[in-house]
Amino acid sequence: MQASDRFNINSQLEHLQAKYVGTGHADINRFEWAVNIQRDSYASYIGHYPLLSYFSIAQNESIGRQRYTFMQKMLLPCGLPPEREEE
Amino acid sequence: MYLYNLTLQRPTGIICAINGNFSGGKGQEIVVARGKTLDLLRPDDNGRIQTILSVEVFGSIRSLAQFRLTGAQKDFIVVGSDSGRIVILDYNKEKNVFDKIHQETFGKSGCRRIVPGEYIAVDPKGRAVMIGACEKQKLVYVLNRDTAARLTISSPLEAHKSHTLVFSICGVDCGFENPIFAAIELDYSEADNDSSGMAAAEAQKNLTFYELDLGLNHVSRKWSDQVDNGANLLVTVPGGADGPSGVLVCAENFVIYKNQGHPDVRAVIPRRADLPAERGVLIVSAAMHKLKGGFFFLLQTEYGDIFKATLEHEGDRISELKIKYFDTIPVTSSMCVLKSGFLFAASEFGNHGLYQFKGIGDDDDVEASSASLMETEEGFQPVFFQPRKLKNLVRIDQVESLMPITDMKVSNLFEEETPQIFTLCGRGPRSSLRILRTGLAVSEMAVSKLPGVPSAVWTVKKNVIDEFDAYIVVSFTNATLVLSIGETVEEVSDSGFLDTTPSLSVSLIGDDSLMQVHPNGIRHIREDGRINEWRTPGKRTIAKVGSNRLQVVIALNGGELIYFEVDVTGQLMEVEKHEMSGDVACLDIAPVPEGRQRSRFLAVGSYDKTIRILSLDPDDCMQTLGIQSLSSASESLLFLENGVLSRTVVDMVTGLLSDSRSLFLGLRPPKLFPIIVRGKRAMLCLSSRPWLGYIHQGHFLLTPLSYETLEFAASFSSDQCVEGVVAFAGEALRIFTIERLGETFNETVIPLRYTPRKFVLQPKRKLLVVIESDQGAFTAEEREAAKKECFEAAQAGENGTESADQMENGGEDEDKDDPLSDEHYGYPKAESDKWASCIRILDPKTGNTTCLLELQDNEAAFSVCTVNFHDKEYGTLLAVGTAKGLQFTPRRSLTAGFIHIYRFLEDGSSLELLHKTQVEGVPLALSQFQGRLLAGIGPVLRFYDLGKRRLLRKCENKLFPNTIVSIQTYRDRIYVGDIQESFHYCKYRRDENQLYIFADDCVPRWLTASYHIDFDTMAGADKFGNIYFVRLPQDVSDEIEEDPTGGRIKWEQGKLNGAPNKVEEIVQFHVGDVISCLQKASLIPGGGECILYGTVMGSIGALHAFTSRDDVDFFSHLEMHMRQDNPPLCGRDHMAYRSAYFPVKDVIDGDLCEQFPTLPMDLQRKIADELDRTPGEILKKLEEVRNKII
Repeated sequence: MQASDRFNINSQLEHLQAKYVGTGHADINRFEWAVNIQRDSYASYIGHYPLLSYFSIAQNESIGRQRYTFMQKMLLPCGLPPEREEE
Repeated sequence: MYLYNLTLQRPTGIICAINGNFSGGKGQEIVVARGKTLDLLRPDDNGRIQTILSVEVFGSIRSLAQFRLTGAQKDFIVVGSDSGRIVILDYNKEKNVFDKIHQETFGKSGCRRIVPGEYIAVDPKGRAVMIGACEKQKLVYVLNRDTAARLTISSPLEAHKSHTLVFSICGVDCGFENPIFAAIELDYSEADNDSSGMAAAEAQKNLTFYELDLGLNHVSRKWSDQVDNGANLLVTVPGGADGPSGVLVCAENFVIYKNQGHPDVRAVIPRRADLPAERGVLIVSAAMHKLKGGFFFLLQTEYGDIFKATLEHEGDRISELKIKYFDTIPVTSSMCVLKSGFLFAASEFGNHGLYQFKGIGDDDDVEASSASLMETEEGFQPVFFQPRKLKNLVRIDQVESLMPITDMKVSNLFEEETPQIFTLCGRGPRSSLRILRTGLAVSEMAVSKLPGVPSAVWTVKKNVIDEFDAYIVVSFTNATLVLSIGETVEEVSDSGFLDTTPSLSVSLIGDDSLMQVHPNGIRHIREDGRINEWRTPGKRTIAKVGSNRLQVVIALNGGELIYFEVDVTGQLMEVEKHEMSGDVACLDIAPVPEGRQRSRFLAVGSYDKTIRILSLDPDDCMQTLGIQSLSSASESLLFLENGVLSRTVVDMVTGLLSDSRSLFLGLRPPKLFPIIVRGKRAMLCLSSRPWLGYIHQGHFLLTPLSYETLEFAASFSSDQCVEGVVAFAGEALRIFTIERLGETFNETVIPLRYTPRKFVLQPKRKLLVVIESDQGAFTAEEREAAKKECFEAAQAGENGTESADQMENGGEDEDKDDPLSDEHYGYPKAESDKWASCIRILDPKTGNTTCLLELQDNEAAFSVCTVNFHDKEYGTLLAVGTAKGLQFTPRRSLTAGFIHIYRFLEDGSSLELLHKTQVEGVPLALSQFQGRLLAGIGPVLRFYDLGKRRLLRKCENKLFPNTIVSIQTYRDRIYVGDIQESFHYCKYRRDENQLYIFADDCVPRWLTASYHIDFDTMAGADKFGNIYFVRLPQDVSDEIEEDPTGGRIKWEQGKLNGAPNKVEEIVQFHVGDVISCLQKASLIPGGGECILYGTVMGSIGALHAFTSRDDVDFFSHLEMHMRQDNPPLCGRDHMAYRSAYFPVKDVIDGDLCEQFPTLPMDLQRKIADELDRTPGEILKKLEEVRNKII
């Protein structure tokens, strides 16, 4: 990479996208966006213990089970991805 | 409006707990994180858990770990929080504080997906720590010692892996080779790109070992291997000299031993026999315990069953993994096995327990083993067991936990001096109604009736060195009764005390003699039985006495003071006389300072409303040193006749009085008594209720005791009761002890059946109506039937046995009569679409349930209110909103919703169903409005009138965005709370019979609690832990009220996809805990009202409105200085924390201000100087504002 490229907006964005998971881009589709939001939400639920307890009271599950369920849901939070349109 | 936020009850639930040796002594301590607070607990000699230190950290603690440097004597604490920093703490025993040793920033603050803090693992040899996030990031810090043996921390080494979820991390014990950390990882990158679902179905969890190369200072992925896809938790297996090393992987239904270069050893987790087939068994908490020459693991499942896992190994080859049923205790978030043979169980919900080990599970029990693992076509063959009573553990103490508070109301239902807080707490079979009263809990040891009404009581020792008191002396109006303390308390006559006269004072004087002061003289009883009598001159009588161990001052009628001292031979000698201007109201001498002959200060209160401090020094005997207040060594107390207590500090050297504070205690003039609490002098104040003043963690606290009105008290110490109080009220003599110092509330617990949802108070009838519902539970009848079946099956088995076993069977039968308590073992799990629910009428005074209606057919109650319909045919009715067959996953669905209308019978103690009306959604909110019933059913607000056979729809508004969760009404306004979109202000127009939304909020708030403040103002709390007030601007409010036709509201254009007017946010504060209920109440008699909130973590806080601008200025400046000079312990910026979701607005954090006394003295002085005050004045201000709230 040349010195001039480092300050190029695109390379900066790429750098951000690599560093911070979930940083969007111009061509992001609805599904990718939703997946990111959902993963962020689940991570937040897991991180905030009172919130996790709140969910587990509603579902009548133990907090440990609720945490595990949320972790598992992060794999595929919005169902299957849509089929790619061939270019 | 400016508010002052003060936490009254710190969170009582526990997120995680670690045990270790934090103070460096021999004892074992437990550090628990309760979300916002970090506590240090220690079981005392009697096996009771004592809180040694509790610090509010203004951040949310997510994980804890302890480590010890090689060869060190004490453990350090590593804290993972939402601060984006790793913090290492050391407990400082001398100062009783946590010292922050290191704080290293690595990321943004907040609980984020890729910012570490969620998991912490330490190398078992204390050489490195790994801190991880849910996804991608893992950082390793190397821990070491510098030349001065101080702990050092390196810069972070990255062990990141993108697109990877982390389920658990732990350190691997590999002796002194390079530290290794293990992680359960799941890569999602392929699943995200594969629309066929194949990749997602094949996504494989891996166990990865990360090796920290200490030589190269580098972390590398050493080994990665597939692991069961249900894996959720890792447990370190001892290595090096202690064991085979490796990890235990806890997965759904299995425990697997894994290590690099070792085949997997797998064993099933035994299942409860009554568990539905669809449910797995997950380990939720684990503890490892090393014994001499071995180790074992305790693993607890999500149902509360603990299993003991042991590894059979030869060197580092594992031959067998055994999982044996150990015991069942309520589900924990963390378990700590203490070396002293205790198990501390931090419960997820409800009280925490301290258990003692009776055995370590060596007896026969159901056992699953890797050797007997059977694989069939349907998978591995399960092993079944039945939970039984505790065999290896015995509970010796419990720590109260309110977690979770689901509803709360404040009312003075019992007509006591202060109102009671009624809270619904807990979940499922461990749920309860807890009645909280301000004050310390008291446990009564004995009550005995006396022959008359006594006037005073004392306890005396026979000798200074005695540990326990020898006599209780009770004075009546014309006699004195002496009781000796031994195995029992009985009357004696050989004590030397004069029993034909009343006494004014009885005490130990000198080293070993007793003194009785009666109106006509002083009786000095020497140890050998000799009696010296000093008689008052002429016909004068003694009015008041003050004494310490070596000095006595008496006041005669008319105001003459006579001062005596004990000389070297133990004789009581008259030293000085002094004539006061009038009669003496009260007097006291400060205790003799250590190593001195006498105390210098005598405090005399006169009826001319002055208090003088007189000197007792031989040089200036009876000189007045200060006027106005009464004294003892460091602080002193004085009673005025109007029931106000004032407290004044006396300078040790000059005797000058300063820093006086006053507090209203009760309706009667208070009396003060010195008593001993935790080995320190404390004071007991008796007014219309008893108060205890004592020092707790650096604060002087004056707290009411939850006990009857007492007349006179003295400290009491005996074999059975080391620090007690003997007191009387009326004719009864009472001995009691004070429990759990430092608590604000004490509680009365009434158990409930299912998770309580809501309740209503009936103030006139003094009854509560509680609705309880549980998902995935069997109804009481089904459980009864299942139990009976089980019982019969057991009986049938027994009938087959021989008669010789009859005796044993008899014994077993008895056991069966006392079946396993649900509170302990939990309800059997049912399928997730099953519901159990009940409506209960409870008399809180007796704790009796007068009526309990169990709902049938998967119906569950969610809302309740009382309603008076305008035709008044039935009087007050009860409306209950229910849902049938409610399911949350995959989508919320239900068979039907209902609104039940009940009539109260037998003066409100019983219910009769009038009718039930089917509705299309879950009625989550009900309220009475203008003689009719308002119901929020999903997004519809509907107005119902009472019909003969069902409710009749009158009008409705379907324009609410999501789901209505709360309805409050005031005059003609209706304040509706939406689950996701904050408040909507509505109006009902009777002539048109229409409901309009005229204002709403522009912020999407996920409401969890709401409360109506005034005509224009609402208080609400959201799911993310914020509390906020919104107000309709005055001009908008006036406009709406002045609009006679209502035409404007009706036709006005909506704004921002909502109502035409918007409410304004006037108060905003991040509490950091999900608030589940709000109430407006005054907790002290004559005090102003404040907003109380209860949270899911079991804490109670208050928001108090400032009344003067000066106070606002003072406290906001104090808060500012505290923020600067006292940054929070776990590294989160205070301002950022309180503004976590929205900028904090007009709320001053009292919890931060109250940390002022814990600062070092020079810092206190610095802050005080900048505020132009003295530290004492600041403390006084803090105390004053606290006393306005509670």
